[in-house]
Amino acid sequence: MAAVRRLVYLPTAAIVGSFPAQRAAIVCMHATLALARTTLLEARRSGLPWLGLASLLAATVLAAFMAQVALTESLQLQAALAAALLRACGAFLVALAVASSTAREFADKGFEFMLSLPLSRTTQYLGRWLGHAASAVFVAIGFSLPLLLWSAPAAVAHWGLSLAFELALVGALALFFSMAFGQLLPAVAASAGFYLLARALGTIQAIVQAPLLESDWAQRGARWLIDAIAFLLPRLDAVTRTDWLLYGTPQATEYLAALGGLALYTVLLLAAGLVDLQRRNL
Amino acid sequence: MSADERPWASVPGGLAAAFALLLAAQIALHGLRAPALQAAQRDLPPAPRAETLRLAAFGEDAAVARIAMLYLQSFDLGGGGTTPYQKLDYGRLVAWLSAILDTDPRSSYPLFSAARVYAENPDPAKSRLALDFVYRQYLKSPNTRWPWLAHAALIAKHRLRDLPLARRYAAAIDRYTTDPSVPSWARQMEIFILEDMNELEAAKIMLGGLLASGRVTDPAEAKFLRERLEQLEDRLRERSRP
Repeated sequence: MAAVRRLVYLPTAAIVGSFPAQRAAIVCMHATLALARTTLLEARRSGLPWLGLASLLAATVLAAFMAQVALTESLQLQAALAAALLRACGAFLVALAVASSTAREFADKGFEFMLSLPLSRTTQYLGRWLGHAASAVFVAIGFSLPLLLWSAPAAVAHWGLSLAFELALVGALALFFSMAFGQLLPAVAASAGFYLLARALGTIQAIVQAPLLESDWAQRGARWLIDAIAFLLPRLDAVTRTDWLLYGTPQATEYLAALGGLALYTVLLLAAGLVDLQRRNL
Repeated sequence: MSADERPWASVPGGLAAAFALLLAAQIALHGLRAPALQAAQRDLPPAPRAETLRLAAFGEDAAVARIAMLYLQSFDLGGGGTTPYQKLDYGRLVAWLSAILDTDPRSSYPLFSAARVYAENPDPAKSRLALDFVYRQYLKSPNTRWPWLAHAALIAKHRLRDLPLARRYAAAIDRYTTDPSVPSWARQMEIFILEDMNELEAAKIMLGGLLASGRVTDPAEAKFLRERLEQLEDRLRERSRP
């Protein structure tokens, strides 16, 4: 500990003491973390843990029930069904928690009060997202645990980490739409539409690229449009795949590319949200 | 009763009666509709395209393929189903199996059902449709799908009494499998087919081989195969009685 203090803390303190810019950065970081902690605490006190637990129970029981009528692949059926349900429930719960928390803050004028504090808009936005992302990570951990009943621990770890990244992205997505619309219903609807489109887009692309379809100008236009949309959306069909639980872990390059894509898109959503918030005349 | 609730007596009597009446009507309506829904499910609907299933899956292809198999199974295996599988439209059935297998090509459920359930139909024409499906799908991935073609060869020999077809399937296993983990008895299936053994002996050897190779690990599948073997034993015992 003494060595850490001598090598890390004292030089850092000296730098902070010498340069006001570094001090400001550390203050911002503390404020961001404090806001994140508050957001996480709010999520813990809301219905999120209970709803998560209910989803967990429902998915596990339903999977076990369905497996009773399976002639073969009963373990795979349980894993696939539980994973699919838990992934959908996780995304829905995180989006709903973020949107309802933000909408309540708008309705209570709490957000305007927060803006009056000597904290930058960036700090406030990132602090909120960090808190929601932390609750998303807890949801992902909780939802991964029952899958250990049917799948190998390495496969579950890959799936769970990917789910944590995906739910953090959903948190950023819901925060972006909640801040943009300021109301619960449009924010949830936009987040759900965006999420479902991102998950189905790979299949839609495969359908429009089928060689059997006539290649007239309308067809080419549709294909171009779908491809253009695909450039702007994250590849959610390539992440948190049930295949990993059933047929083994993915290749490292494929997996890292999938997680990298999620991380990049999450940062992009945060940047978009910050641009929108900075332009707002609140 | 919590502090923010008023007593039950504060609910108007008319409203409570209307609620009870509507609830009873809902239950009665559901009771009347249930048999009608079962009757409407008599025929297997046309199969969707694999792309349609994938689109409905929203990326959960493996889960949707297995749910679709349970749905298909509900048309034949009792449990409320009104149509025994012998009466199913096998053209549609094979289209369903193809679509499900295309949705998740690594699932063995459609091939298991085709070889172990649908191919055992007493109607030879229907049985041949199921066997042909197994053969066509085997050619797409011989190293993983050979167990179903091996069973198809046995069905062709013992149920259809079609030795050329059985030999064709057996020869295909030898010709197209390249994986060294495929057991020798499967590669030598043609000799196995030509040997003068009855269905029970052949099934016992094949099942024993599958279990020994560790390919049957699922408890539901092991139970199903064990039950089938017992049924076969019973049938042959009855036949051998004077």
